[in-house]
Amino acid sequence: MSAPTQAVPELRGFLHGLPGVDRVGAEARAATLASRSIKTTAKQWALDTAISMIDLTTLEGQDTPGKVRALCAKAKRPDPADPAVPMVAAVCVYPDLAHVAAAELNGSGVHVASVATAFPSGRTSLEVKLADVKYAVSAGADEVDMVIDRGAFLAGDYQLVFDEIVAVKQACGPAGTAGQAGGAHLKVILETGELVTLDNVRRASWLAMLAGADFIKTSTGKVTPAATLPVTLVMLEAVRDFRESHGRQVGVKPAGGIRTAKDAIRYLVLVNETAGEDWLDPRWFRFGASSLLNDLLMQRTKLMTGRYSGPDYFTLD
Amino acid sequence: MPTFEYAPAPESRSIVSLRESYGLFINGEFSPSVDGRAFKTISPATEEVLAEVTEAGPADVDRAVTAARKAYEQTWSVMPGRERAKHLFRIARIVQERARELAVLESLDNGKPIRESRDVDIPLVAAHFFYHAGWADKLEYAGYGPAPRPLGVAGQVIPWNFPLLMLAWKIAPALACGNTVVLKPAETTPLTALAFAEICQQAGLPPGVVNIVTGAGETGRALVEHPGIDKVAFTGSTEVGKQIARACAPTRKKVTLELGGKAANIVFEDAPVDQAVEGIVNGIFFNQGHVCCAGSRLLVQESVYSEVLASLRRRLATLRLGDPLDKNTDVGAINSAAQLAKIRELSEVGEAEGAQRWSPPCELPVKGFWFPPTIFTGVSQAHRIAREEIFGPVLSVLTFRTPAEALEKANNTPYGLSAGVWTEKGSLILWMASRLRAGVVWANTFNKFDPTSPFGGYKESGYGREGGRHGLEAYLDV
Repeated sequence: MSAPTQAVPELRGFLHGLPGVDRVGAEARAATLASRSIKTTAKQWALDTAISMIDLTTLEGQDTPGKVRALCAKAKRPDPADPAVPMVAAVCVYPDLAHVAAAELNGSGVHVASVATAFPSGRTSLEVKLADVKYAVSAGADEVDMVIDRGAFLAGDYQLVFDEIVAVKQACGPAGTAGQAGGAHLKVILETGELVTLDNVRRASWLAMLAGADFIKTSTGKVTPAATLPVTLVMLEAVRDFRESHGRQVGVKPAGGIRTAKDAIRYLVLVNETAGEDWLDPRWFRFGASSLLNDLLMQRTKLMTGRYSGPDYFTLD
Repeated sequence: MPTFEYAPAPESRSIVSLRESYGLFINGEFSPSVDGRAFKTISPATEEVLAEVTEAGPADVDRAVTAARKAYEQTWSVMPGRERAKHLFRIARIVQERARELAVLESLDNGKPIRESRDVDIPLVAAHFFYHAGWADKLEYAGYGPAPRPLGVAGQVIPWNFPLLMLAWKIAPALACGNTVVLKPAETTPLTALAFAEICQQAGLPPGVVNIVTGAGETGRALVEHPGIDKVAFTGSTEVGKQIARACAPTRKKVTLELGGKAANIVFEDAPVDQAVEGIVNGIFFNQGHVCCAGSRLLVQESVYSEVLASLRRRLATLRLGDPLDKNTDVGAINSAAQLAKIRELSEVGEAEGAQRWSPPCELPVKGFWFPPTIFTGVSQAHRIAREEIFGPVLSVLTFRTPAEALEKANNTPYGLSAGVWTEKGSLILWMASRLRAGVVWANTFNKFDPTSPFGGYKESGYGREGGRHGLEAYLDV
């Protein structure tokens, strides 16, 4: 596959020229991989790895600095009883609370991720979206989770979606901003629950990667369905193929609806057997989740001690 | 060492209680053979002896046919359809209840991965009995007249690749239509058929309706040639199928044969590539390629050849070969030493004829019968590996330029059991499907089975259909 130019007909031609996705086959493949049985040492590794891949998220109207500070504490030390538990990858908040997270996490190694571009709908002008991004970055976010314009995508206006991503990437700052090699890390949310078909998921994935996304992310968590295994399978195929043709590795982040350790392990199997083990690293694969962390901790304790303890033994934030 | 190494996850064997030796199941009970001959069945993954099984001689076959005749005349053929249905429903439910045990037993005796016996074989077995239970009291609506009659006693000989599933394909329609059966399982995989005999007892099936005689080719010959049977159903090799057809030609016996295949799996340039690759893998590496309808000839359009081959090679590297009872195993053991020798021989012929052989890096267990997933490229229609059924995990890759060429190559085989078409273009699927000389044509999928769908071949792949409304014809006097 050759690199497309930026003119409208070529981009459309390229995206529509991508191999189709057969929904039945993709779902069957995801279901087969979901039947893998991950036990003992493999489970131990998977639980710890999953913890280290979490973008611990709170994206509510009722979020307060206090809530964010509590979340940051949890991110740095997920299980107060066991210092061997790894830190999560990042804390993900709205832009106006990014400074709180940045202050709490400073020097800890946990990244500060902020949603931006009029999350979750993205329904505003480009100026406002870019201002949103700059605000988040200036407040200390070193990762930006943007949403694409699904309306434009569904209307076939791929160039508009492409140009917006390029502009947002620029707004993430020049190299060195937020301590990142290429400015703040850009995760592009496709909101696959609104794109609906797997063909659209594949096209949107390529569109985002061509426009410069560092990560492609399934969902905002505000639309049902959020992350699913078949959708993530198609996105993992896309990053795998993109690296092969363009030589650049892009990360994948399923977000929303992943609540149990069992779910998380299924995603890791999917990564392992689709994109390959190069992606089994928090730099290349993340979970957007909140309640998942406690189930991982509970399963981890069960594996180490042989006993289940109740939810009261794990902190709520 | 891989980053994410899956720890062993073996299914427990403890659910299976193997007897030291098994008798013949005749007239509702297990009995020894007249001449006391026996053979051993082993696990192909470890060569461990699992049990001793009785070898039925002509006198035993005669006893079984007599029992079946008596049950046919006195019980089964006069029983109302709705009562026969109850028996079939009961069998189906017991199969479901004992599903895990049957899956483990099947994987032990056959060598297939537990994932397949658990998720494919055994659920389909239950489905076949449920489906045919539904027909038992509705035969007058099947399109074979107002009161179609059964044939009588069916002699059935089944292969080792899907032992219990093939038993279900044979026994379920036969019983639903009012016939009684004498069935001979393959000599390398008799154990699930013997477990099924116990299920018949458990279900309260009248004695003699189902008889299981174990043994090898000679037992099968005695059964097929027995003058007391009215119907012969065989699934197996084309060579044996021809012998059976010859033996039955001068008799009144009705015959259905489901024989070999050399199916074309055709990938067009606009195919959904990732799913097509899954379909190719599932087409030839499912059940180690021990599948008569396996997609053993891959026809790829030249314009996408290198992409498809690269994806296929990458995918093959992720296949997990090993212990059939491990829940993460994708490719199990070859069923027997004889079959392994045949696969090796044909693969060597492939190389000698100039095709390029490739297998992913793959460590084979020391004990047991194993063969790595293998691809041959540069294969032409004239090569033996493109014409002969290998019945193993060996894929021959050919190319084509146009749909017409694909069709011509796909049909250019003495077989005609199945075919696969991969394209996003609906009109092309229909164009191909109506011209492919194959009993089953899968579109954008492969190796999918359902009791409602008739299955059977063209040409040297046999005659007669199994499954669906069409499959009933084989067991009715029409």
